[in-house]
Amino acid sequence: MVRGLTFLLLFQFSGEAVSRLFDLPIPGNVLGMGFLLLGLTTKLVDIKWFEEAAELLLSNMALFFVPAGVGVMVYGDLIAAEWLPITVATVLSTFVVMAVTGKIAQKLEPSTEDDGGEDA
Amino acid sequence: MLETPLFGITLTLVTYLLSQKLYRRVGQVWANPVLVSIVSIIMLLQLFDLEYRDYARGGDILVFLLGPSVVALAIPLYQRREEIWKRKRPIMMGVFAGSLASILSACGLAWILGGSREVILSLAPKSVTTPIAISIVEKIGGIAPLTAALVVLTGCIGAVCGPEFCQRIGITSPVATGLAVGTSAHGIGTARMLEVDRLSGAVSGLAIGLNGLMTTFLLPILMAIAGRW
Repeated sequence: MVRGLTFLLLFQFSGEAVSRLFDLPIPGNVLGMGFLLLGLTTKLVDIKWFEEAAELLLSNMALFFVPAGVGVMVYGDLIAAEWLPITVATVLSTFVVMAVTGKIAQKLEPSTEDDGGEDA
Repeated sequence: MLETPLFGITLTLVTYLLSQKLYRRVGQVWANPVLVSIVSIIMLLQLFDLEYRDYARGGDILVFLLGPSVVALAIPLYQRREEIWKRKRPIMMGVFAGSLASILSACGLAWILGGSREVILSLAPKSVTTPIAISIVEKIGGIAPLTAALVVLTGCIGAVCGPEFCQRIGITSPVATGLAVGTSAHGIGTARMLEVDRLSGAVSGLAIGLNGLMTTFLLPILMAIAGRW
């Protein structure tokens, strides 16, 4: 568990460092995810080290967003000033994006006639 | 009591556990634990006239855990790498179309409804994960705090309605569903997808990064085209 967390933080740290060093538009944690994927593919690190810690974090990820959501209260006035275009655009656009992305991906997907069926 | 992180962490955990209980009891999408927790905590803080700053001392510690959680998304991605690699084309095309649709629909709707230039620009990266969205909006001249709030709002809508909405309009494959929710509702949507299905969650996590990248590059191009009109 501790080993997994330590390595996750190390990967996040290296992502953060590269992102800042090269002034990249990608945040450190997303880069860190890429680095970890690379590390696993090249067998530099073993997936077994991470499984327990990853499970703990991922199964509770929704909880970590709660305080971020509470932060919206600070900007209540900003939203209230132009609430109509803001809320309509945000809500409708969220559904438009899901429909467009999902429909296109599903149309292009190779042979999955049966729901979620795994072949090969 | 309010000077330590204890208050924020305890309040969040207690509210979240109670919200989960409520969700299990009523079993309705609108009772999504994240949404109910956020609304309840905001109401409690306002009721007792407490400062957001005092709550954030503890809250920020929980938010910090999002960092290693995003890194940990590499684990389900690696475990399902063969299924995902086989679908690299639909995944890339889906996120590309979604990224384009997000910018055009959000900005277009706000423009039609008479939104100001700052608000329209702040809406543009609303489907992108917070850190990327902030750096984008600072570059194009929107209001960064407004974007931060809209990103969370978008995430909540996608997390609450995403899987059910996809099902209703006939998106049934786990990869397409995960991609749709991740492209639209970034990390908050991904958190929900991880609860629904691990493969969907993994693809959703991948979509966070891909959509962030595509929006970063697409937006300046679209703005140059719009500016020429």
